[in-house]
Amino acid sequence: MIKVEHLTKRYDNFVAVRSIDFEVEKGQIVGFLGPNGAGKTTTMRILTCFMPPSEGTATVAGYDVLTNPMEVKKRIGYLPEAPPLYPEMEVSEYLTFVGKLKGISSADLPRRVREVEERCAVTDVADKLISKLSKGYRQRVGLAQAIIHNPEVLILDEPTSGLDPKQIHETRELIRSLAGEHTIILSTHILSEVEQTCDHVIIISKGQMVAKDSVSNLTSRLRGQATIALEIEPRTGSLDDAEVMARLQQVAGVSKVITRESRVGRHDFEVEAQPGQDVRAELARTVVNAGWNLNELRAAALSLEEVFLELTASEKEKGEAA
Amino acid sequence: MKNILAICEKELKSYFSSPIAYLAMAMFAILFGFFFWNAVGYFVSISVQSVAMGRSFPMDLNEMIVRPLLLNTSVIGLFLIPMIAMRLFAEEKRSGTIELLLTSPVHDAEIVIGKWLAALALYGALLLISLANIGFLFLYGKPDWQPLAAGYLGLILQAGALLALGAFISTLTKNQIIAGITTFAVCLLLWVFEWVGGYETAVWAKAMAYMSVVSHFEPFAKGVIDSKDAVYFLSLIFLGLFLSVRSLESLRWRS
Repeated sequence: MIKVEHLTKRYDNFVAVRSIDFEVEKGQIVGFLGPNGAGKTTTMRILTCFMPPSEGTATVAGYDVLTNPMEVKKRIGYLPEAPPLYPEMEVSEYLTFVGKLKGISSADLPRRVREVEERCAVTDVADKLISKLSKGYRQRVGLAQAIIHNPEVLILDEPTSGLDPKQIHETRELIRSLAGEHTIILSTHILSEVEQTCDHVIIISKGQMVAKDSVSNLTSRLRGQATIALEIEPRTGSLDDAEVMARLQQVAGVSKVITRESRVGRHDFEVEAQPGQDVRAELARTVVNAGWNLNELRAAALSLEEVFLELTASEKEKGEAA
Repeated sequence: MKNILAICEKELKSYFSSPIAYLAMAMFAILFGFFFWNAVGYFVSISVQSVAMGRSFPMDLNEMIVRPLLLNTSVIGLFLIPMIAMRLFAEEKRSGTIELLLTSPVHDAEIVIGKWLAALALYGALLLISLANIGFLFLYGKPDWQPLAAGYLGLILQAGALLALGAFISTLTKNQIIAGITTFAVCLLLWVFEWVGGYETAVWAKAMAYMSVVSHFEPFAKGVIDSKDAVYFLSLIFLGLFLSVRSLESLRWRS
């Protein structure tokens, strides 16, 4: 459905996207993961024909974005990071205008407007001015705008940024419900968002593609490499941090133990395991056998930064091994 | 064509849901009303004088009221046109809605023409207000309607040309104020270029005087439709719209 080859975008003296290749099959939801400034928006803007690539090609449904932009635009629904709304318009009026722009016939238009309003749960604000809407509603009107012409491909740039947790949940549900009918690319800098909404993930950093994989493969690759955080309490008396560290270090598979600065009276430690080893059970046993209270034991979630380091490191190792 | 109409309609709605349209209409109504009142007052005093002096030559309404009024109207346009044109693209660029327009299956030329037509329609609405005043001339006198129609055609052509240039200037910035001030400066320059022709006869001076809007509008105000003046305005319209389209295109490469 979408095919990108050697895509490069250069600005005056800065390369925003460097030779990216990927393919998206029909019906997939692909997450575009990367920190701010990684080149996500640039790639999406090239796919939507908002700007041309400097090098390389991108095709949507077989049409090239450079040579056949009209055909590409007909097949794409796009929600930019800031929803492109006219505050002085009412919701229905706005959706009708967008529908006309996207070439929906005037006979179908009222029905389509009603359908997408229901789909995106904005029916109750249909005759309100957009300037009066909350951020969550605006985002949903933005989504309604993107799907009004029932496009084959949906491109959503940070669809959940700036929303509160409830709105984030609703928006993700909505996106999931759109899968199947549409091929979806969404960008985000939140790792868990990709896990919850996408089938596939493309990770980019500083304009370069770091990894592309299915979400399940990615999570299994990262599992077991997490650091484990422990909070330990002495049953009586005081606790000697050095002794705890020595004991934990002896657990099979542990590569490193550090103390974490914490509130007075609390003893927090972080344990790094060797790749592929799950040391949690053994750690718990060690602590309890030593006569201490184990108040907390959890796998600390990897931050996006750590995921990048992890992935770039493992790519390098692979390269060296080969 | 459908796309042009959709964009034109949306743009007109935006004008009328913001204070701009009402402000422009109110300003125009007051200014035109004053000019009209002034011209009629002058006409009446001249008539009274000539009667008192025993002369009773036939007074020409077109010559004495309509013509100066048309020239004054084109001056009011000078101030109102930047106000109408400044938001056309600058606003969309600032709010990011330009991304919606440029990623929809619409040609850049359709966007430009649709917006320009809406701006021209708003200017047309202003002229309709002026007709309410002109109506009184027909009520109490017998002005010729043909020179009047030629004058209004001239006003529309002139507005079309300046609005097209204003639209182009608006594509260059995100800031409406900058677009407005620049458009005003350009309009004013196109106005005063004519002065050079008054004392200098070199080729460059003639060229500058030729570029002036006034020298091409005056024949219309007299009721003369000369094809060379019409061609001047039409080429300016084409130039402004063409530059706007190219500028929108280049936006894709620059942004």
